[in-house]
Formats: sequence, structure tokens, C-alpha cells
Amino acid sequence: MYAFTYHRPASAADAAALALKHTDGKILAGGQSLVQAMKLRLASPSDIIDLGTAKDLVGISQKGNQITIGAMTRHAAVEQSAEVKQLIPALADLAGGIGDRQVRHMGTLGGALANNDPAACYPAAVLGLGATIQTNKRTIAADDFFKGLYETALESSEIITAVTFPAAKRAAYIKFKNPASRFALVGVFVAQMDQGVRLAVTGAASCVFRVPEMEKALGAAFTPESIAKIHVSADDLNSDLHAAADYRAHLITVMAKRAVSKALGQ
Amino acid sequence: MNAPLIGARVARKEDYRFLTGAGQYTDDVNLPHQTYAAFVRSPHAHAKLKRIQTSKAKQHPGVLAIFTGEDMQVGSLPCGWLITDVHGQPMKEPPHPPLAQGKVRHVGDQVAVVIAETLSAARDAAELVEVEYEVLPAVIDMAKATAAGAPAIHDAAPDNTCYVWALGDQSACDEAFKKAAHVTRLNLVNNRLIPNAIEPRAVNGSYSRGDDSYTLYVSSQNPHVERLLMTAFVLGLPEHKVRVVAPDVGGGFGSKIYLYAEDVVVTWASKQIGGRPVKWTGDRSESFLSDAHGRDHITQAELALDKDGKFLALRVHTTANMGAYLSTFASCIPTILYATLLAGQYATPAIYCEVKAVFTNTAPVDAYRGAGRPEAAYVVERIVETAARELKIDPAELRRRNFVRNFPYQTPVALTYDTGDFQATLDGAIQLSDVAGFAQRRKASEAAGKLRGLGYAAYIEACGLAPSNIAGALGARAGLFEAGEVRVHPTGSVTVFTGSHSHGQGHETTFAQVVADRLGMPIENVDIVHGDTSKVVFGMGTYGSRSLSVGGTAIVKALDKIIAKGKKIAAHLMEAAEADIDYDSGVFKVSGTDKQKTFGEVAFAAYVPHNYPLDKLEPGLNENAFYDPTNFTYPSGTYICEVEVDPDTGTVRVDRFTAVDDFGKIVNPMIVEGQVHGGVTQGIGQALLEGCHYDTETGQLITGSFMDYAMPRAEDVPSYALATRETPCTHNPLGVKGCGEAGAIGAPAALMNAITDALSIYGIQDLPMPASPQTVWKAIRAAQQKAA
Repeated sequence: MYAFTYHRPASAADAAALALKHTDGKILAGGQSLVQAMKLRLASPSDIIDLGTAKDLVGISQKGNQITIGAMTRHAAVEQSAEVKQLIPALADLAGGIGDRQVRHMGTLGGALANNDPAACYPAAVLGLGATIQTNKRTIAADDFFKGLYETALESSEIITAVTFPAAKRAAYIKFKNPASRFALVGVFVAQMDQGVRLAVTGAASCVFRVPEMEKALGAAFTPESIAKIHVSADDLNSDLHAAADYRAHLITVMAKRAVSKALGQ
Repeated sequence: MNAPLIGARVARKEDYRFLTGAGQYTDDVNLPHQTYAAFVRSPHAHAKLKRIQTSKAKQHPGVLAIFTGEDMQVGSLPCGWLITDVHGQPMKEPPHPPLAQGKVRHVGDQVAVVIAETLSAARDAAELVEVEYEVLPAVIDMAKATAAGAPAIHDAAPDNTCYVWALGDQSACDEAFKKAAHVTRLNLVNNRLIPNAIEPRAVNGSYSRGDDSYTLYVSSQNPHVERLLMTAFVLGLPEHKVRVVAPDVGGGFGSKIYLYAEDVVVTWASKQIGGRPVKWTGDRSESFLSDAHGRDHITQAELALDKDGKFLALRVHTTANMGAYLSTFASCIPTILYATLLAGQYATPAIYCEVKAVFTNTAPVDAYRGAGRPEAAYVVERIVETAARELKIDPAELRRRNFVRNFPYQTPVALTYDTGDFQATLDGAIQLSDVAGFAQRRKASEAAGKLRGLGYAAYIEACGLAPSNIAGALGARAGLFEAGEVRVHPTGSVTVFTGSHSHGQGHETTFAQVVADRLGMPIENVDIVHGDTSKVVFGMGTYGSRSLSVGGTAIVKALDKIIAKGKKIAAHLMEAAEADIDYDSGVFKVSGTDKQKTFGEVAFAAYVPHNYPLDKLEPGLNENAFYDPTNFTYPSGTYICEVEVDPDTGTVRVDRFTAVDDFGKIVNPMIVEGQVHGGVTQGIGQALLEGCHYDTETGQLITGSFMDYAMPRAEDVPSYALATRETPCTHNPLGVKGCGEAGAIGAPAALMNAITDALSIYGIQDLPMPASPQTVWKAIRAAQQKAA
């Protein structure tokens, strides 16, 4: 690790001001990716702006059929939240499957989304549920937020403050784990919403994506069989030691079917 | 008399300090005026060193010194085993300099070392060392290493071949194949593994100007061997001026047997900077790149059988990867510890094995838990199971027809099995694993859309390394005895010094049980000391499941001397004839009388010799013994594994794993079970998860972190069903055989036999390890496409 200046802002506004001032700095939101990169000397920020002390970024609140989760809420808090478990159990289930116990007590929702690791779990839920991302500047729909490999719609010094998730009629997340890292080799989040079905895939490509053909078929009949013959093209999928693109393409269909079964309580 | 300690589940004495964070590992050792080392490592697999510029780095604040290969003109890191090739020529032994000389030969090779006031300064400065490389084509694949025109890694081995070596009667083997009613052929890859002990390698070396001596703390499995190799072969130092301490060591699995470049460099560097201690603790990335790896064989095997399924001959050709340099015991692993085990548990009359050892631009390869024996068991047990399937004979029955049943048994590959009961462990495993219920379980799996398979492995290993004269005749450059010392204190408690080293095995408990049992005293009165050349008389260290059978026997020999001397003292104290003194349960008695002296009274008399036969006997009660075994020990057993395969994803779940082992006499069944648990888990790791991958062009380590290198975790393994059968070893007084490696030796074949059984409906006979989900899925898909 290289030396850096450490800041502990008291609020999101203070953090944003610091980020604006220290353009070679990085915002720390749990540190489950950034700290590792720093320890390996792969990242060398001049300043670290730790959101851990920004009290206004933590918390879970329910308003009607929606749940709003503060950006600095730890995965474990989401996993254990009575509101989340009651209104969107698939989201609590997803949070409880991220990393290990230690990771879940440090990692945060906002950190995961801002980093947009292609194999992270949370982007699948945010896109799959059609959540809304609130920042210190604006509101961004999930469909407009994830832009590519580690790339989001966030501008520099823009900080995620909270995410609002609408409840689904049914939803489920299934993750096929990379045998080594246990990140999602392929993760599928499926949600039956009032407006139709949404299905998001993480781990398989450079960025989380939806599968409209499966969504349409599931909109007509929400059963695993209805998507059994729908295959995502392997062309744009990731290929690595643990899974070539064709294997990932195959797994998307298998995991999507299993996610639908899980959502149906089967 | 207390309850017998041999065979008791005594809780581990060492666990209190490990579990409460009171262990003292090398990285916990911090010395006054300590400095820190950081190594500059090669980013290339094969390159000429054109120029190394250190001026900028030397100016970095806190830097004390920077050394390159040019500065460090010392001896080569030695290889401890000379293999003589098929032409009677010695193996090729290219130099292995601690810091690269003119060339780098694998990614991670040491180019320079920076010594600084802080670790951070050392690392910052290491990045400022400018190295100009001329990148050369790299040789990564073993198949390509010996192809015509392949780039030579060492001048001393222009064809990248270290040796071609053979064992067995080739012509007898060829004749037998001509008469065979059936021949089974199998091509096997024994996948390359990265050891990954929890504690990375670490070393803290210091030179003392006061008495011109050195002290080295190092995470090592054998401190005396480390000292011997370093002083005699590399640094040319007087052995008595070097103290090596291997304190608590957080796992080794073979990877900490060897003398590593870093150990030598920091020791040497401490003197160069005026005697300040130099500390280096490898990080995980360095461990992946620079620890000696394991396995890495490519094998063609053929088994000849007669019409009744009797084995006639086994013919094996293996190519073994040595990596870029010969590590300390690299040469003997795929030869002496491999080909000699190819008889397995069977009375195969003719066996021939040829081994070609090749250099590649990868990290050195050496012993890893099992060391040659897992590779042998894998060949034998995979091909036997495959033959059974081809001949449609029950795999257990085929094994029964071929078991060695009369002992001692001379194999055609140089070993003499002293004892064993292979039928007993096989039958025990069949019963314990409920093979009878398998068909029903398979049906249940099929109903759930899953495939179930069952596989056997009946392994044997040679442990208790080793009779020195035999090892010497086979090329060992060291003795393989062990030393022990029993120091009885004036008040009767005992400190025992052993040349064995415990790095997770629980010797402090097991050895104390042996001592307390023999002396008839509470185990609390016995402490075991190991891992310090200034305390322990000598030692060959711990590897090859040798500690109890060789190290423990040395202690027993010393204990016998203690008791013999105690009898003389007791005879004097009780005015009886020495021949009339019996020793039992901590008491010396004059037989046939009620006269007695406790062990403590005798010990006190030895140290306060007021009433003592000083004219005939030295005072004190302290005895040494060296023990050199007369044969190897031969642990054996049968493992049965049941897996369930999800054909939709290729995922393999290990559902049941049964191990019935014969380790001879067992001192602490709980510790033995722990050893089997660990070994089997590592075997499952090899078969299902672990695999080291280099980019075949650039030689970059693709599996350079836990993000890509998959270690087994608790959720990957079932609860094991374990049992033992006992045929005591015939040639050591404890009757023990060793248990540390068995699990890793037997498990991979059992698992792969189970997976291929599950996949038999697709006609899949073989599958590479690790049988990852993708590998299994691809095999299924290929079979389905072939069928369609």
C-alpha cells in the first residue's frame, strides 16, 4: 500500500466537497474491493474519503410498497432487515449470499453499485427490480445506471446516497459461484413486477444486463419451462479459466429456470 | 496405573496457544534494529538480464542496501538427491543461484533484494530498481520442452531434460504384455498444485559481529537440514556458527522442507549491512509465484491382465515437471517416491516405469503432501478401476483377485512390504460405506435428475523415510535417521528434544503420550521441544509421514537408555542387583519384594548424588539416541467415494467419503482422524478444485491468487466416515506406520473413479483433474454431441 491522506467526512455533502477538492482521491464505501487493490499496490489514490462516518448514508426505511436503503448500509444489515425480509425477501437473500460473513459486515450497497464489478451480486437486484439510485445530485433509473465494465452513470464527485427498491410480486436470485473466488460466475435475478417481468444477469458479461426475450416469455407464463429453450448468445459473454463463454451462456438459461422455480417457491 | 496413554484421545497440548493467539510464528519475531527485505522479482518467464540500475532506488529514503546476483557470489542452492539416468549418467544439475545470475527462468525469480528501515520503504524502492530484460521465448508445456528446437532454459541441459530414469524389468514386462488376454490403457495428467499453507514463508536472519555467528528464524519443516544445506553448500559458513530456529509453523505440506533463496539472501545480507537483522515475510502473491509447487505429471499407463483378471504387468511412462530449477528434493519425488509404489496393493509380477524429468519456465516443483505417492496411487487405482469396468468385473472383486496376501512381500519395484491386510481394509470400507445400498441411492439421485457414482481407491504408501543405506544407494545425499534426547530434570519432570518438527501435526501431544506412557508419568510432566538447532542435537525434520515412526522411535530408544540407567541407580539405592529391578508405571521395584523407588526419587538421586555409585556411573539423567529405520513403513487403506453430478451444470457434489486406513498402532486416534480429514480434503481439493495454470506462451501465472486458484472449503466436503484396521509395523518398537499423507494419496483416485462411474452413461472413461463444473459439463456435452 502506498501512503495516502485519510478523510472522515461527517456527511454525504462533506464527502462530496472533499471529492471535488481531491481529484486523485477515492471514495471508500466499505473497502472490499478498493482496499484489496491498494494492498496489492494496484491502486494509489492520493486521498481516501471514507464514507463510514457519514451518518446520513446509513439506514433502511419502508414507504408503502418501496424500500429505501442508504448507500452505506452493510450487506449484513440488509440480510437481517425485517422490512426487507418481509417486502422483498429475494433482496435479503441476495445480500446474505455476498462474499463471506466478514465481507457482509464491511461491504455496502453503494460501494458495490459504484464499483460495478461485473461479477457482483447487487447490480442484478438493482436492475432486476428496476430500482432507483439516488445521488447527491440526481435520481438515476437502474436501466440508465450500469454502463459497462466497472463503469456507471456516476460523474466524478457524485456520490450514491440511497437506493429505492420497489417490491415484487415474486422474485428470486440464484448464483452459480466461481469455484475459486465464489463471485457470481453467472447470477440471475428474476422479478415479477406489476408492470411485467424483469430478469437481470450478472457475472456473465462485462456488465449486468437484462434478457428481454426471457422477460417476455415469463410475462406470458411465469414458469421455468417457458424459458427452457431461450439461449443468450455467447458472443459478448466473458471467457476465463473457470467458464468459457458457451458454458456461461448455457448456465444463464439453467440459472434463470432455477431462479423462476425459486421465485415460485418450488 | 493410570489409563493407558497410547491409544487415548488426548486433547492437543498445543491448541491452547494456537487458539488463543499465543503462538509464536516467524513473523511474530521482531528483533532490535531490525530491517526489512523486499525482493525484485522477474515479470518474465525467461529473459536475459541486460542491466540492473539501482542508483535511483538506493536514494529512496530509508534504503540501506540493494544487492543483485552480481553482488552475491555464493554457492548454488543444492539438490539433495542425485538421480542416475538410464545410461548411468548423473542427472543434469544446473546452477540455482539465490539471486539471478545473467538470466531469469520463471515469473517470480529473484533478481535483487532491497534492504530498508521499513517494509514500505523496501517495497517502494524495489519498484524503483530498473531492470532491463531481453525477453526470450519461454517453455511452459512439458510436451514442448523436449521438442526439437525448444529454447534451452539452462546451458547444462540443452534439451531441457534433467534425466530419463527407469525402474523395473522392461523385457519381462514386454513379454507379459504379449501374453495378455486384455490390456487397459489410460492417459493421465496429475495436475499441478500450489501448496498454500496458511502461514506464508517467512525468515528473519541476523549476523552477530560479537561472535561471528548467525541466527535465522524461518518457517521451515526441518531447521537442521536448512542449516546444513545453507552453511555447507551455499554460504560456506561453519555449521556451528549458525543457529536455525523454526518456531511455530503454520502448515507446510512439503513446501517448507526446502532451502529457499530468500532464506539464504537475508542471512547473507545481514552481515553485509553490519549485522542488523533482516526480516522478510512473503505475501500471498509471492507464495503463489515462488513456493515450490507439487505434482505435475503426464503419464501413459498400460495394465496387462490374463483371462481371469489377474494382473500380469504394468507399464508406465511419465513426464514430470521440475520447473525452472531443481528444488531441494525435486529429483527423487517422481522417481524414488513414485515408481517404487506402482505395485500398489497388488502382486503384479512385472512392472516397468520410465520417467523423464524436464525443466520448464515455471516455479520449481517438489514434494507436496504425499510427494510421488499420490501420483503413483492415482495411476494404479485409476487403471485398475478402468480395467474392472472394461472387463465388467466388480472393482472390489478385481482388487481382491490381485491383492498381496503373504508378507513380507518383495515388489518388482524395489520395496519390501513388511505387513498389511488389504482385504481387511477393503471389506471394512465396503461395509462402512454401505456399498450394498448404493443402487438404491443411485435410483434416488436419478429421480432428482442427478447422476450418482461410486469409486474405490486402495492405496499403499511408503513412509518413515528412510533406511539411510537404502536411500544412499538410491542417490540420497543425506542420512534419513532421526535424533531424540530425553532430559530428566532433578525433580523428575521431563523435557524431550526431537529432530522432528511439528507444523500442525500435534507432536507436542503425540510424542508426550509416548513418553508419559513409557515412563508411567502424567503427560503434564512431559514437554516436547523441537525446531531449534541450538536446543536439539540434530534432526532430519518432518516430511514423508516419518515423525512418529522414525522420530518417535529415536525418543523411545533414548527412553530405554533412561530406564536402563534408572535401574542401575535404583539398584544402588535399594542395595539390590540391577537384574532384579523392574520398572513399571513410574516405579522401580526390586522384584519379589515390596522395596521400590519412584522415578522422581531416582532422578533426584542422579542430580544430588550423595548416595550414588559415582565410581561406576555418571551422575545426571539425560540420554540421546539416533535411530535409523531398517525399512520403510507401509500405511495402506481403502477409500470409497460417492458423488452426485448435476448434469445441467456439471457440478460434482461429494456425498459420501469413507476411509478405512491401516496406520499400524495408533497413539492418538483423534489426531490421526484430524490428519485423515486434512489429507482427504486436500485430495478432494486436487480432484475437484485445485489446478495451477500458467499462460502457455508468456509463462504468466494465471492462477496467481485465490480469485482463480480454488482451495477446498468446508462446504465442498461431506462429513467423513473413518475407521482403522491395525497390522502393526514389524520393524519399529511402536508398531506405527505414519498417517499424515494417506488422505491426499488415496482420495483423488477414489473421487475420479466415482465421477467417471457417474458419467459412465455417457461413455466417459476419463476426465482431467480438477473435475470442475465446466470440465464435467464440457465432457458431457462432447459425449452427447458425439452420440447425436
